[in-house]
Amino acid sequence: MALLSFLDRERIIAHPGYSRWLVPPAALAIHLSIGQAYAFSVFNLPLSKLIGGTTSAPGDWQLSTLGWIFSIAIVFLGLSAAVWGAWLERVGPRKAMFVSACCFGAGWIIGALGIRTHQFWLLLLGYGVIGGIGLGLGYISPVSTLIKWFPDRPGMATGLAIMGFGGGAMIGSPLAVTLMNMFKASATHGLAETFIAMGIIYFLFMMIGVFLVRIPPPNWKPEGWKPSAAQQELVAVRQMHVSEAWRTTQFRLLWAVLFLNVTAGIGVLGQASAMIQEVFPGRISPAAAAGFVGLLSLANMIGRFFWSSTSDKIGRRHTYMIFFALGALLYFSVPTVGRMGSVVLFVSLYAVILSMYGGGFATIPAYLRDLFGTVEVGAIHGRLLTAWSAAGIVGPVLVNYIRQYQIAHGVPSAASYSTTMYIMAGLLVLGFIANALVHPLDQQQRAATRPLAA
Amino acid sequence: MTDTATTAGRSSPITIALAWLAVGIPLAWGVSQTIIKSLALFK
Repeated sequence: MALLSFLDRERIIAHPGYSRWLVPPAALAIHLSIGQAYAFSVFNLPLSKLIGGTTSAPGDWQLSTLGWIFSIAIVFLGLSAAVWGAWLERVGPRKAMFVSACCFGAGWIIGALGIRTHQFWLLLLGYGVIGGIGLGLGYISPVSTLIKWFPDRPGMATGLAIMGFGGGAMIGSPLAVTLMNMFKASATHGLAETFIAMGIIYFLFMMIGVFLVRIPPPNWKPEGWKPSAAQQELVAVRQMHVSEAWRTTQFRLLWAVLFLNVTAGIGVLGQASAMIQEVFPGRISPAAAAGFVGLLSLANMIGRFFWSSTSDKIGRRHTYMIFFALGALLYFSVPTVGRMGSVVLFVSLYAVILSMYGGGFATIPAYLRDLFGTVEVGAIHGRLLTAWSAAGIVGPVLVNYIRQYQIAHGVPSAASYSTTMYIMAGLLVLGFIANALVHPLDQQQRAATRPLAA
Repeated sequence: MTDTATTAGRSSPITIALAWLAVGIPLAWGVSQTIIKSLALFK
């Protein structure tokens, strides 16, 4: 359609004079919006009282049922990124961002319809499935563009965007609370109206990214930039296609690296509020525990930028070595620090752990670019995100199952976290081994079909 | 296409500043809300 021709790849090739510093805000507009997904739990309690009002009534949705909405959204994030990654490389970031904004916005509106009619399947289809597809497309759409605009600092550039995903919850949570209070007199206690408002707000905000984004012309590089010897050694000299890349041992090892890093972090994030209250009984109120969760989100966001920027200096492999070695050590120390009774030390320790959890997400695109080149890095990244979907299910299940098993066998609830932490440390040791086995592809493995700067 | 843009036909510094403000202001608001909420942890 001619009306939508402004979305075409040919229309977004940057003209001379376009500043590459417009691309990170374009990416942030998308990631700050879709990062709201991390704050979806703010709706869980109000959604569980839709019929009852102040308390849950017969027919109201159970909290355990509502938990599926976030899980399904993350599963569809990974699936859509994997399935449509190659399409994104073909059509360019603007069209992908536009489709992402449409899906994410429509997901909220369909979800609102589900709330209004009290049909759970509509809510799940809207926010979980359609919104989840918007999350996946939005997550990967700016990544390869940023890598191409910032060949001198790919870690920092993708870290900036993916930092937005970590920060999205910090905007989404207070925004949702404000809107629910504003519309609280309605028949759905403000929920349906909040969903509609958020759908519109996020769609418009994502449009900022759609209109700002441009791709560099072929063979573009920053003025005066010459890759250092260390950078040349790191970067793939030939480009690899997604269909070939995902069959390599390196891809499988990186899948394991992301899966293990996310499994360890996501399990802790889900339990953070209950954990700090049970480890320090009588000292931490629910409000203070919510503050703890907020601080972890902040550490998660800062870690995304800090660690991915650091990886430009010390290399991706070394960065992940730090994540796994230091992470395992810190997880192992958590039970001891809890017994010592120092809240500040406990919080600091978790802040570092969560910074590395975020850093793991933000550094992986540059790691993929180092190994497989830039041509289809978005598509390859999309396939790798299935590790996130898998970890999103395995992490919380593993943590909850271990805890329930221990409590059923007479272990006090505060002490039940110790075994969980030791298992998480074990997962990170496995991640350390997987990362240690990642080596650059040899020349024969690289598909010699396209030049480096294609 | 350069690191910075200064002359006519190039991305204006105002456009760049506005783009960063558009994403920076909501992010700063979110971070400030988070920090305010987290103070309860250390009371």
